[in-house]
Amino acid sequence: MINIPSTLKISLRALRVNKMRSALTMLGIIIGVGAVIAMLAVGTGASERISQQIASIGSNLIIILPGSTTSGGLRMGMGSQPTLTKDDADAILKECSAVQDVAPVLNGAAQIVYGNQNWSTGVYGTTPSMLNIRDWPLSSGRPFTEQDVRSATKVCLLGQTVVENLFGSIDPLGQVVRIKKVPFTVIGVLDKKGQSPQGQDQDDTVYIPVTTAQKKIFGTTFPGMVRTIMVKGKSTEDLDAAEKQINELLRQRHHIGPKKDNDFTVRNLTQIMQVAEQSTKVMTLLLGAIASVSLLVGGIGIMNIMLVSVTERTREIGIRMAVGAKTWDIRLQFIIEALTLSLIGGIVGIIAGVTGSEIISAFAGWSTIVSALSIIMAFGFSGLVGIFFGFYPAYKASLLSPIDALRYE
Amino acid sequence: MALIKTEDLYKIYELGDVVHALDGVSVTIEQGEFVAIMGPSGSGKSTFMNVIGCLDQPTNGQYLLDGIDVGGLNRDELASIRNAKIGFVFQMFNLLPRTSALENVELPMLYKNVSYGERKSRAMAALKTLGLEGREHHNPSQLSGGQQQRVAIARALVNDAPLILADEPTGNLDTKTSIEIMERLVRLNQESHITIVLVTHEPDIAAYSRRIIRFLDGRVVSDERREPVEAKNTMIG
Repeated sequence: MINIPSTLKISLRALRVNKMRSALTMLGIIIGVGAVIAMLAVGTGASERISQQIASIGSNLIIILPGSTTSGGLRMGMGSQPTLTKDDADAILKECSAVQDVAPVLNGAAQIVYGNQNWSTGVYGTTPSMLNIRDWPLSSGRPFTEQDVRSATKVCLLGQTVVENLFGSIDPLGQVVRIKKVPFTVIGVLDKKGQSPQGQDQDDTVYIPVTTAQKKIFGTTFPGMVRTIMVKGKSTEDLDAAEKQINELLRQRHHIGPKKDNDFTVRNLTQIMQVAEQSTKVMTLLLGAIASVSLLVGGIGIMNIMLVSVTERTREIGIRMAVGAKTWDIRLQFIIEALTLSLIGGIVGIIAGVTGSEIISAFAGWSTIVSALSIIMAFGFSGLVGIFFGFYPAYKASLLSPIDALRYE
Repeated sequence: MALIKTEDLYKIYELGDVVHALDGVSVTIEQGEFVAIMGPSGSGKSTFMNVIGCLDQPTNGQYLLDGIDVGGLNRDELASIRNAKIGFVFQMFNLLPRTSALENVELPMLYKNVSYGERKSRAMAALKTLGLEGREHHNPSQLSGGQQQRVAIARALVNDAPLILADEPTGNLDTKTSIEIMERLVRLNQESHITIVLVTHEPDIAAYSRRIIRFLDGRVVSDERREPVEAKNTMIG
């Protein structure tokens, strides 16, 4: 059997003899492994951020907007023609099988007053379903109910930013605030949600029953009007079906002829985000692949040096063979040497990669995530590189004829 | 039983011309003999040494080493036989550079899986036998030619091989050191009954042996047994 500790000692000695050469060879692996880890960290960081944003707007989300109007040749912007109603929302929930939940929204900016404090915020008239659709729990109090919607009760849920600005340290539950001079009782406070993908503060918001918004706050140009309808699909796979069902249903309800354009728009928010997530994943793979090329080049560097080393030490190989070294004694000696180079390079490369990604996030402001998997992969890969590129020189050494090797000058 | 027994050895190289490096060599060497092999360059003496040293295989013929038929053994089997049965002493010393005398002597045991402690103690003992106490941790570059050759002899002894093959062992040494090395070999032969086969072209060196085999054009041309001329009066320490 082969004596591993002694073989390891022999290999380490050989590497120590040519310090500069060993260090430069390792540098190839260090750069390769470091680049793989840093690039994967940048990519993983980016896709993680997008995943978080998807989670924060709610999953499997579809948003329906009213269409645009044309008046005197001027086409007005999206949503300029109010066409959606709360009844549309109710019909979608009832008729579309791929839809899990629906919430109509009538929103606008409004001044909200408590005591001597006031604050301008987005007021959303909606239904209790909204909290489910946005995956948004309450931090305290209770949500409003279908009963509140039916009877247009004057109750409201406050976002964290509104609470901070109006109440400071006072408990807002049960207090009365005025929205456009109409008194509302605060029955609940929403959990903190943070920024939207567009950078808006999602916590700067007030939820009230949609009927109350229609009757008491914003008014309507026709009965039951809402600005948007939020829809939650049953699953990610169902989103396309849901979109199609909503389109058909609304065209029918809005009496749109076969060749006429829709007077509404259906947007699949989750899909848009997923496309972004997909492209980040592709980018991560691409970055990783490019970085792997440098690892490969590092491996070729190891092979190159090992071939030189075998040639230089031909006589040593001959001596070892003469005193009884077998084929695998010689092979292992050189493979272990290559492996030592690549593994030490791998360890230093991991440190370089982790430091590098810290530097990238510090200076470029990108979020980077070094995953344990990428470290294990990079280390394992550098080991494989060592064995793979060390094998040929080792194989060559083991095939030398002892007589020729002993005579080699 | 003979230690070395060759029967009609042929070694034929076909490098453009066909060269008969060995042309039917039959030699028998008993355990404990001290044999010198002589002949001009190209006479086949080196090829013969390579074959009996299990570094090379003959094209034809049979070779029994210590009763083992070496013909047809593969590389690794030959390596094991070299490790157990043969100690080599070369003209160029062939020690590993940048490696201490002790570790050089340990080398054959490394490939025989001798434990660390035993390796150290046996290597130390072998170096002591060769009068190299205190030089164990010197690298070959820090040793004189004679000392290097003594390290090589210690390496040849350390696995208790019954046979030492010495290829021009004094070729790179001055006369005084040559005598010293030859005295060492004679003493090993006499005291430990180690068989020594020596290749040389110097009659002075061959004179230490008790049998001289002369080669010419791949054949044995003479094989004479004799009393060694030198007595022990020139023994150096």
